[in-house]
Amino acid sequence: MSILINKDTRIVTQGITGKTGEFHTKQCLDYAFGRDCFVAGVTPGKEGQEVQGVPVYNNVADAKAEHGVNASVIYVPPRFAAAAIDEAVDAELDLVICITEGIPVADMIKTRDRMRKMNSKTILVGPNCPGVITPEEVKIGIMPGYIHKKGNIGIVSRSGTLTYEAVHQVTQLGLGQSSCVGIGGDPVNGLKHLDVMKMFNDDPETHAVVMCGEIGGTDEEECAAWMKENMTKPVVGFIAGVTAPPGKRMGHAGAIISGGQGTAQSKIDALEEAGAHVTLNPSEMGSTLLKAIS
Amino acid sequence: MNVHEYQGKEILRKYGVTTPRGIACFSVDEAVAAAEKLGGKVWVVKAQIHAGGRGLGGGVKVATSMEQVREYADAILGMQLVTHQTGPEGKEVKRLYIEEGADIADELYVGALVDRETQKVVLMCSSEGGMSIEEVAEETPEKIIKIYVDPTEGLNRAEAEDVCAKIGMPAEAISEGADFLAGLYEAFVKSDASLAEINPLVITGDKRVIALDAKFNIDSNALYRQPEIVAYRDLDEEDANEIEASKWDLSYISLDGNIGCLVNGAGLAMATMDIIKLYGGDPANFLDVGGGANAEQVTEAFKIMLGNENVEGILVNIFGGIMQCDVIAEGIVAAAKQVDMKVPLVVRLEGTNVEKGRQILDESDVKLQTATTMADAAEKIVAAVKA
Repeated sequence: MSILINKDTRIVTQGITGKTGEFHTKQCLDYAFGRDCFVAGVTPGKEGQEVQGVPVYNNVADAKAEHGVNASVIYVPPRFAAAAIDEAVDAELDLVICITEGIPVADMIKTRDRMRKMNSKTILVGPNCPGVITPEEVKIGIMPGYIHKKGNIGIVSRSGTLTYEAVHQVTQLGLGQSSCVGIGGDPVNGLKHLDVMKMFNDDPETHAVVMCGEIGGTDEEECAAWMKENMTKPVVGFIAGVTAPPGKRMGHAGAIISGGQGTAQSKIDALEEAGAHVTLNPSEMGSTLLKAIS
Repeated sequence: MNVHEYQGKEILRKYGVTTPRGIACFSVDEAVAAAEKLGGKVWVVKAQIHAGGRGLGGGVKVATSMEQVREYADAILGMQLVTHQTGPEGKEVKRLYIEEGADIADELYVGALVDRETQKVVLMCSSEGGMSIEEVAEETPEKIIKIYVDPTEGLNRAEAEDVCAKIGMPAEAISEGADFLAGLYEAFVKSDASLAEINPLVITGDKRVIALDAKFNIDSNALYRQPEIVAYRDLDEEDANEIEASKWDLSYISLDGNIGCLVNGAGLAMATMDIIKLYGGDPANFLDVGGGANAEQVTEAFKIMLGNENVEGILVNIFGGIMQCDVIAEGIVAAAKQVDMKVPLVVRLEGTNVEKGRQILDESDVKLQTATTMADAAEKIVAAVKA
């Protein structure tokens, strides 16, 4: 078991003919069962081409009809990316992972509203995220595959490289990961910490969770409130941005303390109150995990 | 991206929101001419800087004669205006806004922003105009009434009228108040704002509803479709290092400390600042070189950090994923040839091609210390700076 994806997932890459799409498609094909999983690509007007041996279609519906895909990954440029999500939602895929960074917030408000109003069953991860990986099965996204190892630690994070840091520390300890989910750094997105935490709690192969949060919004607080009553597994927490000044956007569109909300301290307090093992030292996520599970 | 008050009011007027008449000025003579053109007996001389709290800092004055307009314009233009948002050094005032006086009967508050939880635009409305909304939220949260706007339906007229009454608008002003909220919502959406704040919204003696102040932040991801707003950009209001960094596609924010840091990825960059602090140091900046930085960008990043005279040491923390450690190492070596590395340098590389990267650094003649973990790196740079 794992969450969201495994070796049976069948994936279409939207924006496969672009430079980024092609580069990462190759990396993902070369990882574990990638060649079985990545079965189609989409770029409007390029049907009939092949990228890295993967056939290209004009739209997601055609790719689904031909290959039975149930998930998509999006590398489409920001101004077209929300429409690409809409297209995957309309094709009723189970999962859409949007890697694209820089989508206008107003576009994401419309896309999310649309998903709610049509009662879509599609799960959205991202945008502005590294993707999702189930180690030694399938990698969907831009994370370096080789730092991962199959195991029982779930990892959820709003950041890319900080996730890799957490993964690396876990792997260095000889432990591995069940699944790793990058939920992304944008203010309006799909899955939140809470959603992923619930999935890890329900996944028998996940024995503990490492959660990396950051300043901005109240997602971590909402997750902590749920954890307090419901979480049955140890959680290690790290929140980035203790030293970030208010009112300044720290790289990620969503990483901003505004109106006194979204401070690292409020998130740390909430997680501690929920019984999580919070470390202030990003170098000690691994060692904190060891203590939490021993 | 931020805009000035007078620019925010231009945006508002475009969507039918009433504001006092005013003219932006760059000199004292222009200010006097503007007041003459506006006519009337009362004018407000307002400093235009991208920071709140201008009134308390002495940047807003009410004049009742042309002599006073001249006197206040002369005093405010060129002053270092200090507010709670500028830092102790303040900001030089280079633009003024001369506005007709308003007959204020009551001051209210409305603000629009994106609510991350409901993923909708929310209008926050309050009877407590003129105060900071954070303070109101803290002390009397019941005085803030929120309208969550359905993205397809738009603002509901009946709800808007109801809220206008609840925040204390007189009956004669309710209809105009609802128009005001509708205009504000439209201005917010059409200009891709991330924040629009009217504080205060004023009810005049004759029951008109006008925006006495306007603060807009615009979503920088949407600037490609907002050419009129891009034209509002005022580089004088931005940090010179941040402007330089943006030219090279680097995400940089100046901080007060003395340890520069160069990191790939926003989350890891924040975590690096945090660990520097944890080990007793102070970060001088946030700097994310992004996922695919090349040698040229790394060189520019070093130039920007070394251009900050407070910087006494630099920590490089790279977790190579897509970005390969050997490419970064080559970038560091190339940068060291171009810029004078006058401060201690600690480099921590991890991830893709890390062995090759470390080898390049070891074999170069660049003076630096290498580190294995983030903790090791933080400890070394803090010690080097204190030595």
